Amino acid sequence: MASAAPTVPAPAPKPPPGLYRASLTRDSVRTWPLSDRIAYLLCWGVGIGLCLIAVAIVVFFAVEGLSYLSVHLLFTHENASPNQSSSGGILDPLEGTLILTAVAILIAAPLGVAVGVWLSEYARPAWLARLVESAVDMIAGTPDILLALFALVIFARPAFAFLSSRSENGAVVGKSFLTAGITLSLIAMPMIVGSTREALALLPNHLREASHALGKTRARTVRKVLLPLVRPDYARGATLGMGRIMADTAIVIYVLGATERLFSAGGPFPLSVLRGEGTTLTSYVYQNSPAGEGFAPQKAYAAAFVLLAFVVALNLLALFIGNRGERDRRSVWRAIASLGGIRRP
Amino acid sequence: MSGPGSRSPHHVPPARRIVPHLKPTVVEPPVPQPAPVEPAAVMASPVAAPMAPAAGDTVVQRPPAGLAEPGAAMAPRAGAAQAVERMHLESVWLAYGDRWVVRDVTLPVRQGEVLALIGASGSGKTTLLRSLNRLTEITAGAARAGRITLDGDEIDGLEVNDLRRRVSMVFQQPNPFPMSVFENVAYPLREERSAQRRRRRLGLPGRGPGRAEMQAAVAEALRRAGLYDEVGDNLDRAALRLSGGQQQRLCIARSLAARPEVLLLDEPCSALDPISTATIEELIVGLRESVAVVIVTHNLQQAMRVADHVAFMHLGELVEYGTSRQVFGEPRQQRTREYVSGAFG
Amino acid sequence: MSGRSGDWRTEWALRAAAAALLGVIALVFVTVLVEAWPSFAHNGIHWFLPGGEPDQEFKAMITGPQDPAHAIWTFHAWPLIWATILTTGFAVLIALPTAILAAIFIVELAPYPVRRLAEPTIQLLAGVPSVVYGLLGILVLAPWLEATFISQGRKRSVAYVVQLTGANLTLAALILAVMITPIMIALTVSALQTVPRAWTEGSSALGVNRWRTIRRVSLRAVRPAILGATVLATGRALGEAIMLNMVAGSRSFAPNPLDGTTFFFEPVQPMAAAIVRYIEAISVPTVRHTLYALGAVVLVSTAFLSLASWAVKQPLKRYAARA
Repeated sequence: MASAAPTVPAPAPKPPPGLYRASLTRDSVRTWPLSDRIAYLLCWGVGIGLCLIAVAIVVFFAVEGLSYLSVHLLFTHENASPNQSSSGGILDPLEGTLILTAVAILIAAPLGVAVGVWLSEYARPAWLARLVESAVDMIAGTPDILLALFALVIFARPAFAFLSSRSENGAVVGKSFLTAGITLSLIAMPMIVGSTREALALLPNHLREASHALGKTRARTVRKVLLPLVRPDYARGATLGMGRIMADTAIVIYVLGATERLFSAGGPFPLSVLRGEGTTLTSYVYQNSPAGEGFAPQKAYAAAFVLLAFVVALNLLALFIGNRGERDRRSVWRAIASLGGIRRP
Repeated sequence: MSGPGSRSPHHVPPARRIVPHLKPTVVEPPVPQPAPVEPAAVMASPVAAPMAPAAGDTVVQRPPAGLAEPGAAMAPRAGAAQAVERMHLESVWLAYGDRWVVRDVTLPVRQGEVLALIGASGSGKTTLLRSLNRLTEITAGAARAGRITLDGDEIDGLEVNDLRRRVSMVFQQPNPFPMSVFENVAYPLREERSAQRRRRRLGLPGRGPGRAEMQAAVAEALRRAGLYDEVGDNLDRAALRLSGGQQQRLCIARSLAARPEVLLLDEPCSALDPISTATIEELIVGLRESVAVVIVTHNLQQAMRVADHVAFMHLGELVEYGTSRQVFGEPRQQRTREYVSGAFG
Repeated sequence: MSGRSGDWRTEWALRAAAAALLGVIALVFVTVLVEAWPSFAHNGIHWFLPGGEPDQEFKAMITGPQDPAHAIWTFHAWPLIWATILTTGFAVLIALPTAILAAIFIVELAPYPVRRLAEPTIQLLAGVPSVVYGLLGILVLAPWLEATFISQGRKRSVAYVVQLTGANLTLAALILAVMITPIMIALTVSALQTVPRAWTEGSSALGVNRWRTIRRVSLRAVRPAILGATVLATGRALGEAIMLNMVAGSRSFAPNPLDGTTFFFEPVQPMAAAIVRYIEAISVPTVRHTLYALGAVVLVSTAFLSLASWAVKQPLKRYAARA
């Protein structure tokens, strides 16, 4: 006979004492053979060791840097003086870093998102899409010194004189915030393109279908529906890209000029600054180290500390943007992997 | 520790290892003896009331209309062997977090017969199965009360990896490793080899399998799983290129390689086509003489085809236990009757 | 607003942006190769062989005649190539096992709270600027290295050829290893996280402990990814210029393995570091072409590595699931 849903059973007897709760680690390392235990310890050792190295680096530069750093140093300009303590501060490099990063990211972000959107949502014709993908992957793996080499030659051509200034004998200098910014944007681009593409690819198709069913064009769909959803992702890509821009040295030294102060080229402000040469924290550290011209380790430490502080802050920011947990952490690892180059080996 | 009666049913008392101070013992698996031949009827070990099967279970009942005709497994086996009890569950309670999933289950697991756990989804049968080889410990927050013994030894006192070599499990989805067929089946054998090497170092008797022995063992396992004819010509082919049914038989072969005493099968045919299902069911019935088989299944017809004893679970409780003829033919409990006749499921 | 034409406009705009990016990137590669060609043309195969010391050859280019007819092109890059092979090779050799162990630690062994702390800390290592690594190396580690390992006797033994300081092959390889390890960890962690639970659970159910499961199943499954990680890390190491220029010794010297342990303390100058060293003189045409030639070799090496890794990966994927 068919009956209704099964009746609730009579109250169950209480469980006896002596409950064995499984611990989080399923099998205890203590029972493993010796070689496995050694491997286990090695893994822990390496993991903790790397953390310690990172902490040691930050702490070391904090200690050394802060001992020389002062508000005075942060906000005064450099002036040439044999006496280290009165030879001025790092305001120029600091300004330079901020200006250059701003220029580079303002170029890289919109272009990167645009290319990422195109690769994900349009990608027609297919051969062009494949070429663009390969190009972005290859540029991700290109060393920055090569880009500096390229920039030095290209931007010295008269066609690009508007991007920089001319020297006394009429030759195009080719070194300026604009030229360096353009070159640096190529470094941040792959991260932004990649994060936009991946995030868009993860969005379920029914979003697009629903929007089209409502009669919206693809452009509107992208703009109003898809892009807002992936904003945390490309923001994170841009943040990590900014970290990479700030950390770059080779391009800065050779394409920005690594002068002591920010020089103004002709023209109205702010173009005068942008077309002029300058210095950033990275080139400042380089110049003040034994590898550069001056030998002022204290200043180098101070500037390095400020630089490191920026990088740490950007890294933490990248972790917390959106903060959707596991997926975000994985995407940070993937963005770091793109530092090495071709993302899909 | 105050008795459990004083606390809410959801409270899980803190852990107490049953054998805390002993190093997990490594016990030589006893060589499976062929079960002595005795006339059918009386089962040797008593099972806790009130679920005990009726002694002298010789009355043949006609199953109610609507169920399939009894298959070969249900007819009394001519000269049926007496089953040897290998595992015993006694008042087993299982919880995930603060939710009881299995309540007060007592069951024997015997070599020489197939035990089927049936019940609706969420009845706790899979959890019960996984507790037999302590796989529940992989999940955080799992807890267990009650005794489970293997050949008289508490399984908590055994080293967990040794236990799992003696009580082997086949999963619902075939999961062969990304290696060749040979490597898959040899996988537990290599573990066995290192385990026996360790025992030798500890001065205990035991000899690891050599290369020829391993090849022989792999071939034997594949034969027992009914796969040798199909893959024997090339054991180096990729395991993942086999069909679904072949992959599942490979997993069975892999589980059989280290000659376990108990084989646990978690709905092994639910992802397979009917022909593969039939092959595997034949296989299971053939294996029961050498291995104690416990199978969890959703499929009542399958349980009728392969099982000798059936345990019906509902909402974590063992509602009825008996021979498959009795449970399907003349179920004693109302709920069993309802489930078997398809009133719910 | 007409939808269709709006969509077309957007698509064309986006396509133009992508094409522009492609154009710029292509321009970079074409420029490098075109500018590099004259140096190869003038030197032929000798460009790659030993025969001269790059430092002196650069000096000759800079101080020699500047008119195109008599400009000096001679260049033998072998000491630089050898230095690159050594530093990159040792760095990857150190980084690979480190990265694998660290990745296993992060994915499998570390309990959740430890993992949440360890991940960003290790990720930080990837963001530290190379100039900061260089500063640390040259101001702190090099003097320590010199004081601890380079005795006067050792210095004397090779004094007739080269001067030993703390800035040498070992320091370069070590710091380079620290720089590329996070990249390898990143890729290995990503790959390990995609190993299906069915395999790890199945392995546990067969009585294999966690470490062996990782070693025999997970690591084996991610072998292609580890190879890819190695390639990427090598590419990164090849391109590192600033840090190496600061700590590797800045002398285009080819370390001699026959020197025994002193071999590890000899100064080197990898190719990218050499570019940094001489880029100031880029106005000299021959120098410019030579620098581009060095850059082209680095570029082509990286591309070649990717190709090689693709070829090696095919047999590794034989037992994997058909995608």
